[in-house]
Formats: sequence, structure tokens, C-alpha cells
Amino acid sequence: MSSPPIERKVRYERDLDPHFAQEISAMPGGEQLAHCIQCGTCSATCPLSIYMDYTPRRIIAMTRAGLKDDVLRSLTIWLCASCYSCTVECPKNIKITDIMYALKRRAIEKNIYPKRFGIPVLSREFFRLVQRNGRSSEGRVIVRMALKTNPFQYMKKKALLGLKLMRQGRLSMKKESIKRKGELTTILRGVEQAALELDRARQSGRVEA
Amino acid sequence: MKYLYYPGCSCSGKTTGRAYAESLIAVFQALDVAYEELEDWNCCGATMYMSVDEQQAFAMSVRNLALAERQGGNGDSPPTLTTPCAACYAVLNKTQHYIDDYSQIGESIHSALAAASLSYTGRVQVRHPLDILVNDVGLEKIAGQVKRPLLGLRVACYYGCLLVRPYATFDDPYHPTTMDRLIRALGAEPVDWPLKTHCCGASLSGTIEEVGVRLSYILLSEARRRGANVVATACPFCQFNLECFQHQMIRDHGLAGEVPVGYFTQLAGIALGLPGRNLGLHRLTIPLPVSDKIGEQEEYATAQ
Repeated sequence: MSSPPIERKVRYERDLDPHFAQEISAMPGGEQLAHCIQCGTCSATCPLSIYMDYTPRRIIAMTRAGLKDDVLRSLTIWLCASCYSCTVECPKNIKITDIMYALKRRAIEKNIYPKRFGIPVLSREFFRLVQRNGRSSEGRVIVRMALKTNPFQYMKKKALLGLKLMRQGRLSMKKESIKRKGELTTILRGVEQAALELDRARQSGRVEA
Repeated sequence: MKYLYYPGCSCSGKTTGRAYAESLIAVFQALDVAYEELEDWNCCGATMYMSVDEQQAFAMSVRNLALAERQGGNGDSPPTLTTPCAACYAVLNKTQHYIDDYSQIGESIHSALAAASLSYTGRVQVRHPLDILVNDVGLEKIAGQVKRPLLGLRVACYYGCLLVRPYATFDDPYHPTTMDRLIRALGAEPVDWPLKTHCCGASLSGTIEEVGVRLSYILLSEARRRGANVVATACPFCQFNLECFQHQMIRDHGLAGEVPVGYFTQLAGIALGLPGRNLGLHRLTIPLPVSDKIGEQEEYATAQ
């Protein structure tokens, strides 16, 4: 006889990743993480905290504690609209918005977000298009996101708005692009190379993380 | 002095911010502000790009700064780059802080630029058109050129998040007043409201609509409560969010009726007597409650 599936809500030490806090505070902008006094000003000022599964204050505490998996799977990081009120209000000068960005990037790198979830899909599609052409093409980004999330719902809900905007001359499917794409590609490859080298140096212990 | 104009992806071509770009250029021309477009500019590396790759996002931004330095580096004053989009403005400013404050970012970006035969020495000033109009052109000159004062118009000046955060350069991050002063110089009355820099929900209106649209609803219902009959914005995304989802706000959240939402540049253009067509007034779904014909202003004022 099998017992009914019970989701364990309690976290033990073995669930923690002791390096997570160090990883996040090592990135530019993350250095003040350890100074958080858990005052909750960030959560109070965040216009989206009421929709979040964990408030920004809790995300900071969980990141510090090493609850990597819970943090990266939370909706909070995606609901952050990057308005910087938390950063401006934080009495300890913690760049909370930038920490949220760092967490989003980890989650995207590791591919841990709900399938067909609009926010990370939108980011990835925007990224790909801009990386290739140097500019975003609003119409194309929206269509790509719709196709990769829930095309029928988008057709039903947003098609009218799209048509209206097109009539007003505010939306187009035309591909926007810069002229010197090669120049941009060289720059982007250059920073990628530098990041890889720094990573390698860190792993071999030549540079302090 | 010539300003370098960086439209950004949302204010170039047939995009959400088209009317913003049109009205800004019309106002610049009417006030003799000399500008030229930054040649071959690329995306600033905004929010969605930064959510995938930060180093690349900064590099994207720096290419624009490097191009600006090359194109505008001949005069005595530092090259000044101006962009109407609040997000581009914030990202370009943030990038300058990051390449200065973090040597590892600075070094890798400078060497990547060099590989593409570009360089950036950090001389570019990034400034918002609101800052330029109020602090360079000056309110006196603008008020002197007003042909149709916006009498009777009560305006909620909405700065949005990214115009003054996280790196405020021309106003206060908590309680900015620059746009209010401009609106007053145009003959309208700015209303006092506390949500000036509250977030509009950005791209959440397209991904989790019920959450994104509700944030914009909060802004509009408060603007209405304070007696505003128009909301002035300074960001293509804010304008889109506040204007284009109003029937959802009326249906789902109980917004008590439509509120016209325009760009501060459109209001300035109307007051300066420019034709509505040049200001993109025909691109708005909810028309602004000001006449776009010269001479009708008095009728409008008495009708109020």
C-alpha cells in the first residue's frame, strides 16, 4: 500500500546550498546582501509584493540562508517589474532590484521556470531578437511570446488591441535592425569571452570569488 | 550646442511610443533645440535583455555611449545624449555607474569595444528631454512661446519609475516636480497626487494581465479622485499601459470612466500652438480634452 503523496514544507540543512549566498553577493551589485537587517521596507514599498509567493524581504532572507531551489522557483523574481523602489528605499543600500535580476538570470540559465510562463519567455525572445538584430521589433517579440506561451488565449484577448494599434500606426511586424551588426556581435562576443575567462579563473581559485 | 537624439526601440518607427517621438521632435523644433539622431544606435539592453545576460546588456548600452562620444565629441562641452524613453534613460545612466564602479565590468567592456574598433572614455552625459526643456531651454522661454495656454486643464504628472530611479540626475526620486513646473508654465494646473513614481506594471500587462492592469488602474483611479482630467506621461510603456487597457479597468476593477493619457511633449506642443497631426494626437485612443485648433482655447476654457 502506498501512502498518499505529501509535499514536505519544512526545510532541513541538507536542502540548503551553502554557496548560494556567496554566489549572489559576489556579483556586481550583490555585495551588500549580508547587511540586510530584515526591516521589510522593500516589501512595504514594492507595488507587487501582494501578488508574490514570498515578499522581497523573504527572498533576501532565503537567498542568504541558501534556499536556492525555493528562491529560483518562486514567482517573486518574475513579478519584479524592476521599478527600483526597493533599491531607493533600502536603509542598508542593498541593490535589491539587481539581486532580483541576478536570480532571474540563474533561473533562466538553469531553465527552471514554469513551462509556457509568459515573463521569462518574453525575456528570452526579446534577448534573441535583439542579440541578432541590435534592435527590438515590438510586433515580432509579442508574436513570438504568444506562440511560445498560449497562442489561443492571446488571439482571443489581444488581437483586437493589436489591430487597433496597427490602425493608429503604433504597431508593426517589420523587422528592425542596425546597420553594423558585425560590430555589435564582436562586442557581445568579447564580453562573453571575458565572462568565461573570469569564471574559469574563479573556479581554479586564481581569483577570489 | 547640439543634442544627440537616441529614440530607442519604442520610439522609432511604427511603435507604441511613436506619438512621443513625433511630439518631442515637433517641440524641439519649435523651441530651436538643435539635435541630430545618434547614427546606427542599438537597443539599450533594457529590463528583458538584462534578465538574460547582464554583461551583454551593459555592452549594448556602452556601444551607444561610444557612438555618441564619436559623433558628438568635437565641441567644448561633453556630448549629450537624450532619450525620451524612461527605460533607455535609466539603463544608459545605470550602465555608466556600473562601468565606473565595478572594474571587472569596465575592463571587459572596454576590451570588447576595442575589438570592434570603438572606445568610450566616459564623457557622455545622458539627459532626459524633460530635464533639457525645463533646465536648458527654461520655463521662461517656454511660457513666452505659449500660444494656447492649457487653461482649465487639471493634469496628473506621472513620472513613472525609471525617470528618477535608481539614479536621479535632475530631480528628486521620491517627489519629483520638474514636469509639474512645466505643466504650470503651459497654463494648466498640475494636481497634487502621491503616485507620481508608482510603477505602472511595465510588461506585466502583456504577461500577467490581471496584475499589470491593476497597477495602472490604481494610478488612474487616484488621478480621477484628485480631479485630474488628463494624465501626462514621460515613458512609452507607461502611456501604453495607462491608455490601452482602460476598458479592462472599467470592466474588472470599477474604474469610473475613461481618463485621457498623453505625453508631456504632446501637451507642450498643443500649448505652443503646433498642429495636432505633428504631435501624434490622432494616435491616441482616448482624445486629449484640449482643442487642437488655434483660437478655440477660450471657448474651451469658458465651457469648463
